[in-house]
Amino acid sequence: MKLTLWTYEGPPHVGAMRVATGMEKLHYVLHAPQGDTYADLLFTMIERLNKRPPVTYTTFQARDLGGDTAELFKTAAREAYERFKPQALLVGASCTAELIQDDPGGLAKALNLPIPCVPIELPAYQRKENWGASETFYQLVRAFAGANAPEAGYERPARPADRRPVCNILGPTALGFRHRDDVTEITRLLNRLGIDVAVTAPRGATPADLATLGEADFNVVLYPEIADLTARWLERTFKQPTIKTVPLGVAATRAFVQEVADVAGIDPSAVLADEESRLPWYSKSVDSTYFTGKRVFVFGDATHVVAATRIAEKEFGFEVVGIGTYSREFARDVRACAAEFGLEALITDDYLEVEEKISELQPELVLGTQMERHIAKRIGVACAVISAPVHVQDFPARYSPQMGYEGANVLFDTWVHPLVMGLEEHLLGMFREDFEFNDDANPSHLGAGTRGSHISQTPSPPAPPFSADDAEQADTEAETKVAEPAMEGEPVWEADAERELKKIPFFVRGKARRNTERFALERGAMQITVDTLYDAKAHFGR
Amino acid sequence: MNAIDHPERDTIPAAGGCSDVPVLKESGQREVFCGLTGIIWMHRKIQDAFFLVVGSRTCAHLIQSAAGVMIFAEPRFATAIIDERDLAGLADMNDELDKVVTRLLERRPDIKLLFLVGSCPSEVIKLDLPRAANRLSKTYSPDVRILSYSGSGIETTFTQGEDACLASLVPELPATSDTARQELMVVGALADVVEDQFQRIFAGMGLGPVHFLPPRRSDALPPVGPNTKFLLAQPFLADTARELEERGAKHIPALFPLGAKGTEAWLRAAADVFGISDDAFETAVAPARERAEISLERYRAQLNGKRIFLFPDSQLEIPLARFLANELGMHPIEAGTPYLHRAHLEHELAALPSTTQVSEGQHVENQLDRCRDANPDIVVCGLGLANPLEAEGMTTKWSIELIFTPIQGFDQAGDLAELFARPLVRRSRLEV
Repeated sequence: MKLTLWTYEGPPHVGAMRVATGMEKLHYVLHAPQGDTYADLLFTMIERLNKRPPVTYTTFQARDLGGDTAELFKTAAREAYERFKPQALLVGASCTAELIQDDPGGLAKALNLPIPCVPIELPAYQRKENWGASETFYQLVRAFAGANAPEAGYERPARPADRRPVCNILGPTALGFRHRDDVTEITRLLNRLGIDVAVTAPRGATPADLATLGEADFNVVLYPEIADLTARWLERTFKQPTIKTVPLGVAATRAFVQEVADVAGIDPSAVLADEESRLPWYSKSVDSTYFTGKRVFVFGDATHVVAATRIAEKEFGFEVVGIGTYSREFARDVRACAAEFGLEALITDDYLEVEEKISELQPELVLGTQMERHIAKRIGVACAVISAPVHVQDFPARYSPQMGYEGANVLFDTWVHPLVMGLEEHLLGMFREDFEFNDDANPSHLGAGTRGSHISQTPSPPAPPFSADDAEQADTEAETKVAEPAMEGEPVWEADAERELKKIPFFVRGKARRNTERFALERGAMQITVDTLYDAKAHFGR
Repeated sequence: MNAIDHPERDTIPAAGGCSDVPVLKESGQREVFCGLTGIIWMHRKIQDAFFLVVGSRTCAHLIQSAAGVMIFAEPRFATAIIDERDLAGLADMNDELDKVVTRLLERRPDIKLLFLVGSCPSEVIKLDLPRAANRLSKTYSPDVRILSYSGSGIETTFTQGEDACLASLVPELPATSDTARQELMVVGALADVVEDQFQRIFAGMGLGPVHFLPPRRSDALPPVGPNTKFLLAQPFLADTARELEERGAKHIPALFPLGAKGTEAWLRAAADVFGISDDAFETAVAPARERAEISLERYRAQLNGKRIFLFPDSQLEIPLARFLANELGMHPIEAGTPYLHRAHLEHELAALPSTTQVSEGQHVENQLDRCRDANPDIVVCGLGLANPLEAEGMTTKWSIELIFTPIQGFDQAGDLAELFARPLVRRSRLEV
């Protein structure tokens, strides 16, 4: 039993729903009690889908238990088939139905429907949303493409020279973080290279399309959390090579183009020469000097975290001070990436641990999920969202991919937006007394309003309101953070030093405070004076 | 419409309206939340209470998602997620629960009232939460009061979660003495502003003391006894009412306080029981009632004659349909409710036009077919259906807003009407 305030991932059947809802002509019959239909609104409200997810819930009640929940399932499945006439049914159980062990797969089979029924077992007390999506996609592909699997020992013949290379794009689902636009961007990029996309799946594919997956020359995996398992099976079964580079950022997009070209046997030089990203120049331009060494914390799913870490370090010139992921299944990749930058990865799905880490590190920018956006907001640090879990804001009306060259442009704009910009940062440093530059002022381009002070160590009345742009403001005000009592043996700030500290701009003050206290502690100083502050500054550098 | 200008004195209507019209009962897929969802407003209403759901990841995800926008202050609710170790018996679930509660109470010393909330999985595996609450109470009493109720989808729909929560509070209420004078209790969570308005009106007519359940703080539980008369502010409080009756309290049947007429009838029912004179009642009620009528007039022009179809959601559907029909001239085609409590809705059913089909339970596909056939001017439905129906060309009002908006009482009557007028106005404004 685990105490959970907020979850990064839903249960595994929600992952199955993301696959089913992304697809066409597939219907999911879910053995579930009343209330589980809440998941519909993730799609109709957050993603603003204009149709209901293709899911029928059996809606059993207490009085059905021990009676005829199995009959209920059969009726629901039969009615769903008759009403929606899908190419195939996906059948499974949610967490409660798993406990009553009705065997949806067996029951569906007993109905003798004239279409395939694919049973999926998703252990709800063990696994989570992305795993559920991955497993569902894998079972579907095995069920439909598996029928066309070649004999063991099959060798893929070379592509005839007069045919353009053909690939599949694997991984995008409904409710995915920018999946809609990533698919468009990467399809365009592949087309520019002279490559056709045969099937994009699950998003947009029918069960019949899945049956043809083995025909393409190779597979592009955009979201390994969802499609890695399937791509490995396709590789084993159909001897289709997998493109493993995820084209997030300029360098990775270049590497992706090269890898695709190598596998497809084509010449990428024209596309590489005509690079469509402004990020490299924008980053080089002197206006971006202020990015240098900005301290960044990165958290999200494994793929986006690994990519964002490299982009932050090598394409923005930031300093990544901490990274982590909630994707336990891909923790190894994130640990390896952390090691590359001399860090230790935080692998957790506990929101409180992430909050603690961010408070401790006092970064200047957080690249995270909607959860970290709220954490960052509360402690007054800039934040940009790079990964699921998603929010209605993550489905912008405009074209806004994360991947490919245009994706890199979007990343540049998105990550820079929350920062205090170049000259303004200097002016803030120089003129601390200016009434418009007080601690509660927002960066000028983010409009009027105030920001919260991020010094939570000082016992204070309830936190000041955050910028009045959100409904959750009231909640923020209502909650009084329990002040941490001054720990025994910790150095005490003298009033002068405290005042001097306040002259340091808020976005680096947390770091200054932390460094000064560490400096004092290491030297056994129990009082922090103005001199201690500047001694620490000299010791640590900016 | 005359009735608005000359309010009926008699609050017990003769049988009529929908009282004897057959109810369409359906079963099938329900597009309705489970009772856990009630936590979203209950945790704000009782400010020192904390709601700990004992359930699955689905439960945690549901509450987080149903809040619509994720409310990201540290919330006063959480989920103790059952995992495979618990189910396999590798961990003793009661020990595990004790550990979670201990960690929670250490983190949040401000909690004075803790609800252990049962879910579908905890009910199916028969985890005895009332016993756990008892056991934990012994450890944490008197600092923290620990109660339990079930918000599971196999037993409760949406607003029944509030009912179950309040019902669990009733045995905790202090007893009044048998000889105490008659007191009024208003039952059901109301917006603070509405509560204050009612408090002022009752005081104005000299009716008092008036208590509210739930209280805003857990240390201010209202007393109850044979001299308690209670008004239901919400139509979904069957269990709470039964528990109160067991403590000797008596229900005052009335229309629910939606709209000018509903609010007046509701106040009048209490006034009559407490022997308030007509003059005192008029003096206290007239100014607010006039304001309500003025505010409704504007929307009557926009809504009169419009046909409306209500999908089941909060059990407020029948009182809402009554208000929309009688005070705004709308035509309710169907009023669906997840559960119909005939006794509490006696007055409402009688006041509902007999042309309205009342339906109980749901088979969502069949109901959507009926809705499409009826082609109403506006549909009231949950968030899972609203956008798909808009995309089909229908105008919708999502029903959860009716739970999260102060709609009861005279001064909210216009706001309530506006909620239905807005989608229609919006449709007429948009040119693309």
